[in-house]
Amino acid sequence: MRKRHVLPGFGLSLGYTLVYMGLIVLIPMSALCLRTFAGSWGHFWQTITDPRVLASFQVSFGLSLLAALLNGVFGVMAAWVLARYHFPGRRILDAMVDLPFALPTAVAGIALTAIYAPNEWIGGLLEPYGIRIAFTRLGIFIALTFIGFPFVVRTVQPVILQLSAELEEAAACLGASRWQTFRRVIFPALLPSILTGVTLAYGRAVGEFGSVVFIAGNIPYETEITPLLIITKLEQYDYPGAAALGFLMLCVSLVILIISNGLQAWNNSRNGTV
Amino acid sequence: MPGSTTLHLKLHRPLRATGDRPAVRRFLIGSVLVFFILFLLLPLVVVFQEAFSKGLAAFVETFRDPYTQHSIVLTLVIALISVPLNTVLGIAAAWSVTRYRFRGRSLLITLLDLPLWVSPVIAGLLYVLVFGAQGWLGPWLREHEIRIIFAVPGMVLATLFVTFPFVARGLIPLMQAQGMKEEEAALTLGANGWQILWRITLPKIKWGLLYGVILCNARAMGEFGAVSVVSGHIRGKTNTMPLHIEILYNEYQFASAFAVASVLALLAIVTLILKTRAEWRAEQELRASRPSITP
Repeated sequence: MRKRHVLPGFGLSLGYTLVYMGLIVLIPMSALCLRTFAGSWGHFWQTITDPRVLASFQVSFGLSLLAALLNGVFGVMAAWVLARYHFPGRRILDAMVDLPFALPTAVAGIALTAIYAPNEWIGGLLEPYGIRIAFTRLGIFIALTFIGFPFVVRTVQPVILQLSAELEEAAACLGASRWQTFRRVIFPALLPSILTGVTLAYGRAVGEFGSVVFIAGNIPYETEITPLLIITKLEQYDYPGAAALGFLMLCVSLVILIISNGLQAWNNSRNGTV
Repeated sequence: MPGSTTLHLKLHRPLRATGDRPAVRRFLIGSVLVFFILFLLLPLVVVFQEAFSKGLAAFVETFRDPYTQHSIVLTLVIALISVPLNTVLGIAAAWSVTRYRFRGRSLLITLLDLPLWVSPVIAGLLYVLVFGAQGWLGPWLREHEIRIIFAVPGMVLATLFVTFPFVARGLIPLMQAQGMKEEEAALTLGANGWQILWRITLPKIKWGLLYGVILCNARAMGEFGAVSVVSGHIRGKTNTMPLHIEILYNEYQFASAFAVASVLALLAIVTLILKTRAEWRAEQELRASRPSITP
């Protein structure tokens, strides 16, 4: 029953891919793992339970979660509007969704800082009410929301487009109100894709650096994200410390990737998409 | 004219029973518009407004500065090296996972995505741990006077890492959907592997390929975190445009920082336009390549 490969080039294309990926991705990653395990377990534990490090986890992982949840709400709304409604400017909005992908993070970082800094665009409007955004955790939250936005829209939108109209029509025929149809018919069909999108947005936000460092203010214990702490350790030539934090974040990324793959498989089995 | 009837149906489909009430519609469009203006449009407007805040002369003056010019050249050089390398890799990877079934295939597809989810800072850290002074190869490199970290080769490597998945990601779904009937037909007619690649596959996937290359290039030119870790920020030596923006910004030369940023923002806008167009064309060709079966 073993099917032979029909097209030529199997060895060449797969071999090239594996060698290239090994050199660029896998060997450097194993260097990180080995460097982490070369140190003692005690030192690893000491590094990751340092109060300043724990505070940075709270900022990075906590704010990323909040930002991903906000994107869950607005991402579904945007996906719905872009998929279902026809209005002037829809195509431009649709293209704009990917701006956070395309705009270099440093540019996004200084632009957001310019908007939300005191005496500036929106920051100036809020200053009299005692609300400060730039250089506080609120600023980090806004930057993380910005960079995570496309993920939810782009995973939910195709699923909305593929929903069969018959289901909604049947629900309406059976006397369901629009809200009931949404809650009982549409939302369950969208749920796997929404969760996938939120997970991806979270994964991106956890490791984000460029768009956050400018607006964060980078005050230790307050607004210091974990990636910045890794750079600080590198600059102090604390390689084992940087490796320990890097290893931990790499593991978190792997877990997020595995979860999102599982969610995607659930989504595919439910909606029959590729 | 089946085409015109379907179009007609589509335009009028949101009828009472399955359409949203006008108030709901207005509320949703309104909130989404506010979100878009605040989060997506405003940052773009601010970049250009701040770039010209000191007038056109100051804007032009920024680009007369040799350090700015050098950062632009270095950004282009890094993109010119890393984008073609990752394009070839993307084609090879997409070819191998869509044309053959083998053990570990789905693991390979997952691994191809991995760099997207690794923090850029960690991408830089990986290379520091391999090539840095205290790294694996550090002593050997010092003996042979080869500099990788705090030099251009390290920056190219970090860029290769972060832009690694884009071309393959653009191609894999497309090539999977297109299938390989044409390639197999060419094989039975006596074409060899390279002929199939050049004459059949590449023309079939050109819009999907363009899509991936555009995104890869945008990321290569705009990468900040990974490059920042390995560059050492030496002005006139290892400074790309995003790193130059940071230096200018930290020196309170805001107008100059935004002037350089406006060039990258323009690149982002062009990227979005080209990307939308390539996506549209790829979709059209996919539809055209499918046999039209009407139920």
